[in-house]
Amino acid sequence: MRPIILAAVAAVLLAPAACSRKEATAPEAAAPAEEGITHVSAEGDFAENLQLALIEAEPGDTIVMPEGTFAFTTGLSLDVDGVTLAGAGQGKTILDFAGQTGAGEGLLVTADDVVLTDFGIRDTKGDGIKSKDSDRITYQYLTVEWSGEPKATNGAYGIYPVESTDVLVQNCTVRGASDAGIYVGQSENIIVRDSIAEYNVAGIEIENSSYADVYGNIARHNAGGILVFDLPDLPVMGGHSTRVYDNDIVENNTVNFAPVGNIVAGVPSGTGLIVMANSDVYVTGNRFKDNRTVHAMLTAYTEPFTDAAYNPLLTDITLTGNTYEGGLDDPQGMLAPVAAALGGSLPAIVTDGVTRWNGGEDQPVNLVIAEAPEVGFISLGLGEYPLDPSKMQPAMDRPASTPVPEREPVVLPQDKARP
Amino acid sequence: MRLAPLLGLVVACLGLAACGAGQAASPASPNLDTILAEKPAALLSDYGFFEDAGADHPASRVKPYDLINPLFSDDAAKHRFIYVPPGNMVQAEGAGLPEFPVGTALIKTFGFAPDMRSPEDGAYKVETRVIIRKADGWAAFPYVWNEAGTEAKYAPTGARRTIETISPAGEPLEIHYEVPNKNQCKTCHLSGDTISPIGPKLRNLDHAGPAGVDQLSDWVAAGLLDGVPLGMKRTPSSLDTSLPLEARARGYLDINCGHCHKPDGSASNSGLWLTLEETSPTRLGLKKHPTAAGRGSGNRRYVIDPGHPEESILAFRMASTEPGIAMPELGRTIPDPMGLELINAWIAGMEE
Repeated sequence: MRPIILAAVAAVLLAPAACSRKEATAPEAAAPAEEGITHVSAEGDFAENLQLALIEAEPGDTIVMPEGTFAFTTGLSLDVDGVTLAGAGQGKTILDFAGQTGAGEGLLVTADDVVLTDFGIRDTKGDGIKSKDSDRITYQYLTVEWSGEPKATNGAYGIYPVESTDVLVQNCTVRGASDAGIYVGQSENIIVRDSIAEYNVAGIEIENSSYADVYGNIARHNAGGILVFDLPDLPVMGGHSTRVYDNDIVENNTVNFAPVGNIVAGVPSGTGLIVMANSDVYVTGNRFKDNRTVHAMLTAYTEPFTDAAYNPLLTDITLTGNTYEGGLDDPQGMLAPVAAALGGSLPAIVTDGVTRWNGGEDQPVNLVIAEAPEVGFISLGLGEYPLDPSKMQPAMDRPASTPVPEREPVVLPQDKARP
Repeated sequence: MRLAPLLGLVVACLGLAACGAGQAASPASPNLDTILAEKPAALLSDYGFFEDAGADHPASRVKPYDLINPLFSDDAAKHRFIYVPPGNMVQAEGAGLPEFPVGTALIKTFGFAPDMRSPEDGAYKVETRVIIRKADGWAAFPYVWNEAGTEAKYAPTGARRTIETISPAGEPLEIHYEVPNKNQCKTCHLSGDTISPIGPKLRNLDHAGPAGVDQLSDWVAAGLLDGVPLGMKRTPSSLDTSLPLEARARGYLDINCGHCHKPDGSASNSGLWLTLEETSPTRLGLKKHPTAAGRGSGNRRYVIDPGHPEESILAFRMASTEPGIAMPELGRTIPDPMGLELINAWIAGMEE
């Protein structure tokens, strides 16, 4: 009975009520000076002005931030396709999150065809910039950093695209991340180039991803310079087809400051490159220098796992035409006891020699070590994890292998020359 | 019982509107044009969901409802309403989220009482979230109340409010409450490429609602819902101590975590999936290494270390209020002691 009575009364009401109502307008961001370009005002609350501009942007718009350092208490987010967010330059527009009390990152992007350019992000409590399911995203001319000495309370990732296709990271600088400075996860078609990653636990990490080109970067003063990983129990697995070339991988001797529990907490300080549980990884023309533990480590996944869909082994890994200089004089972390067992130090290239898991059959791993004859190499001959130094069967002969052709470069639709 | 005062109000409204006092009067029935307009209304009252400006008295076809398990939001009291346009019904699709017709609106007001031990006494409203089923999918809009509780304005960038109250445990409590912005609404409400409601799955509505009668039968009787699936399994109540600990814990994780931690949610990349439907122990976190936790790991090795809540990342992040550590990332600024106790007890009781 009740709904019927009320509905009848309501019907009577509707007409007179409608006649006296004023047209309502939604609040608006700073008025656009040019079509499609919004200059965010530094007048009043910049954080609120910027977030409003990000919410009200139309596809194709450019949002321009002025020069200055601006404080934020909560994370920013962008969910409109085709938006460019531009500052006045890496050292000029700085978004400062030291006083952050909410959200898991500084800036979260969840839209496609976004360009982030010419600004800095500082001292976020969680990750710096995360983009998820953001195809054709470009990160360029950005600085993401944590001030002070590297420490475990810094955020995990600086630049963090995940679950995306066509990812471009170029001319960025990331420092102080307590996991990886530049981390691309569960993605495909990736270029990371001409960037600097320093004082992070891992400089650049490509994880559970395929078709990545990492080149022209400087990875220095991290605990580990460049990591190419594949991990179990994730929606996207089977990382493959990464080329790492023409990078300077130098003095990655910072103490590993990652919080325990994270996979990178196991990276020995002083490691140049780690390739783990991946296939078709081509490493060439890099300059390894002064990494104190090992320049290049090739390894299976080291932890127990139950994921039946996961392959923890390496397959078709090529190291050729790289240079190796200095370092190897102070082995750290889980490689310290290994080095001790081998007389105190490790050669430039080390592999664990793991070829099977969970008591299964040996698998072909095909490690192609085609370096100059004087470049040191050792296989620890472990056969299977867990690591047991007493079961090592070290061999310094380079393994027999079948050459793997270097694949074609990654081509990204958004990769155009900067105007 | 409640009909008489409601009718009285309606009559009062009618007088005001008819005499045209020069001010916008609230329509007493929701305005479908406003609900389906491309832009959100500037004021909550523009939609006509309520007969009064204070949004206490729902208009016709606006029905109060509640959930078996609500999301924890700093202990805010929540008042939920659903509006379904005339001539339409919600269509059941199994025990999960039903199909809501275009024009459906879910309206949720968050309020705090000066003393949470008596949540209805002197409660004041902070925000009202409106999520509307448009022709091309759901859209979510935050509204923030003025001090007097007489007007709620569209607030796309959210808001921050300091709330002083007495906690359910009787302690003085200051809450730095954050009204999420429009994008943050989407973070939690994401399913694949679109957003959707979180709470009103049929299995989570299947109990005695605010009217004191079986809620789903009431919806069917009121012509809001086409029917209830046979043999539907209701969501286990996290508060029902007659249920096994595991069922209560899974019910809690489902509503508080499962909206992001699911295959097409915002936390899909973690591989940690916490909905009631998940069956894999690893995906539920047992002996699972963290993926991108950073300092959120709290120096612990597993999401859930069976038998050891004090070694489990899940419990660590639930207990934290620090951004970058705290889970959920949005929607709470204080821990939920009841939830934490439940999850700790559940993990402690697991076989090692």
